Amino acid sequence: MSQEKPARKKVLVAKLGLDGHDRGAKVITMALRDAGFRVVYLGVHQSPEDLVRVALEEDVEAIGVSILSGSHEELVSDLLRIAKEKGVKVPVIVGGIIPPEDVPKLKEIGVYEVLPPGTPLSKVVEVFKRALGEGE
Amino acid sequence: MTNLEKLKQKLAEWENELVLPLLKKVPERKKIFSTEEGLEVKRVYTPVDLGEWDYLEKLGFPGAYPFTRGIYPTMYRGRPWTIRQYAGYGSAEDTNERYRYLLSIGQTGLSMAFDLPTQLGYDPDHPLAWYEVGKVGVSVPAITEMDIVFKDIPMDKITTSMTINATAIEILSMYVAVAESRGIPKAVLDGTTQNDILKEYIARNNYIYPPEPSMRYSVDLILYTVKEMPKWNPISISGYHMEEAGATPAMEIAFTFADAVEYIRWVKERGKVDVDAFAPKLTFFFAARTNLFEQVAKFRAARRMWAKLMKDWFSAKDQRSMILRFHTQTAGVLLTAQQPMVNIIRTTLQALAAVLGGTQSLHVNSYDEALSLPTEESVKLSIRVQQVLLYESGVADTIDPMGGSYYVEWLTDQIEERAWKYLEEIERMGGMLRAIKLGYPQREIARAAYEWQIKVEKNEIPIIGVNMFTEPEVPKVKILKVDPVSRERVVSRLRKLRESRDQVKVRAAIDNVRKAAEKEDVNIFVPIYEAVKAGATIGEISGALREVWGEWRAPEIF
Repeated sequence: MSQEKPARKKVLVAKLGLDGHDRGAKVITMALRDAGFRVVYLGVHQSPEDLVRVALEEDVEAIGVSILSGSHEELVSDLLRIAKEKGVKVPVIVGGIIPPEDVPKLKEIGVYEVLPPGTPLSKVVEVFKRALGEGE
Repeated sequence: MTNLEKLKQKLAEWENELVLPLLKKVPERKKIFSTEEGLEVKRVYTPVDLGEWDYLEKLGFPGAYPFTRGIYPTMYRGRPWTIRQYAGYGSAEDTNERYRYLLSIGQTGLSMAFDLPTQLGYDPDHPLAWYEVGKVGVSVPAITEMDIVFKDIPMDKITTSMTINATAIEILSMYVAVAESRGIPKAVLDGTTQNDILKEYIARNNYIYPPEPSMRYSVDLILYTVKEMPKWNPISISGYHMEEAGATPAMEIAFTFADAVEYIRWVKERGKVDVDAFAPKLTFFFAARTNLFEQVAKFRAARRMWAKLMKDWFSAKDQRSMILRFHTQTAGVLLTAQQPMVNIIRTTLQALAAVLGGTQSLHVNSYDEALSLPTEESVKLSIRVQQVLLYESGVADTIDPMGGSYYVEWLTDQIEERAWKYLEEIERMGGMLRAIKLGYPQREIARAAYEWQIKVEKNEIPIIGVNMFTEPEVPKVKILKVDPVSRERVVSRLRKLRESRDQVKVRAAIDNVRKAAEKEDVNIFVPIYEAVKAGATIGEISGALREVWGEWRAPEIF
């Protein structure tokens, strides 16, 4: 009876830095799961090093980080640097309180996409799919 | 036929003769109208909906049991609510300047926002802390910084509320020590430490230690102020952050009171004190959302429920133990980054809900806060919103003006009933501490947040600028960026302090903190206060406590 299904894509969602606002990260975890992803949800208080280590251990295909504390520039830049050093080449998607003027800067340093407040869940799912090469 | 029966008959006639024929021609906007709590809203409310409703039992009078209409006999006619904007960023100098600005434009109380390292017990030069220094609040790693924050601010006259929890004793110690250095005794200090660790585990996530030692820490602060600081409010039991995380109005009240019940039991047990010896010092903190009537009902229901709870569950005798004193902040989650000026309209409605709900102090969010911390211009508007409500609108001229509205009274009863069910559910689990370890409130709130988002997605919940009347571009507004120089300033001053202080004294003081933490029967407040005064940093003190108590890892909830 077993039917061959394509392996579900595995992604990492975490709160990068010391910020505790985890509503968005949790909602996105639930939305991605409902859309068929396997999500490793790492929770709050994660350092760039933590994220890269788990990304390697869990062999995820994308990393979603949520930051609402205004520390996104330095945190994300370190995350990308450490990921590169460790050979983690997966797309990084950033969400949270990101002022519009910071979006181009984040993309310039290698962020795949920035999801500001008010982004519909359908858009979030679509961005993750596109990042994993499943986009329409 | 009784009057109520007569009314029921007339109501049925109205529906048959006026409503139904019209509905056939012009249907209503929606099949079902409902509140954010999920209560179905009727076309119109009449005395039929209240049934055998008894004014004296349900409402009474302001300042008298069950306090539904307000906690003081004259409310805002006697004393307006405190205009208290949550503020702080960068270094102590930046924050001092902001505080003096706020006071100069009519703010009547201070509310300190601390940065994440200060809240989580890390010094600013700790590798995890470095990114976050001064970002969401002021960096206060040691007493030297607190002194600068309050430069030229009269600590004996102003009331100061501090959003500080896992490091509340360190911070209150700094505040007390700075005041004492200016000749102000701690007994005259008036203000609040949030000191509510339970909601950190549930929603806000700025916890350090596991629940039991954290409860002891929180209770020790409460017990210290019971003895030494008669005017200080040692705890602000907070539903706000649960609402922000997704809680419905009934959850917000019930989970907050379940936390309160846990604190009361711990204080009674640990301090061997009567409930009336400390319950008058308990304060609360709630959110105000845009859904006006339900929010007003929420505040009224909370007041009545708290009075009953204190009387029936804890046999409180002192009326001051039964009054729900609370601060309100407008709901941050309802701010939009899109068309940010619309936020001013939202926060005005939310502030109105808080005032009609009888709040004791109020923070109105600024229109730019879905993008960054507020600027001077945007926070000025938040204060002006409060001033227009207070001085121009007339809403503060009579007490509980919504009282007696059939709809609001019905809502008040409904919300209270739902909140009691949640509270009893948590009691059955063995209280909030146990419920938290089981992940119960965390799961309920996350579920509610997801359900909300799905409804936004389906346009069942309209948000102007997000899923209705959208515009292609997010307009550019001037935003506040924390100057990196502030971080350098804090760190270099901290290094100087570490070099200049009496090292032997500091080491001995930190050792005393460690020893006190190891013993169960010692109040931890004084050892921490002594360490702070000797020049120990927040990272050093929290570090010692981490060694003894360990750190908390949140349970997996999904």
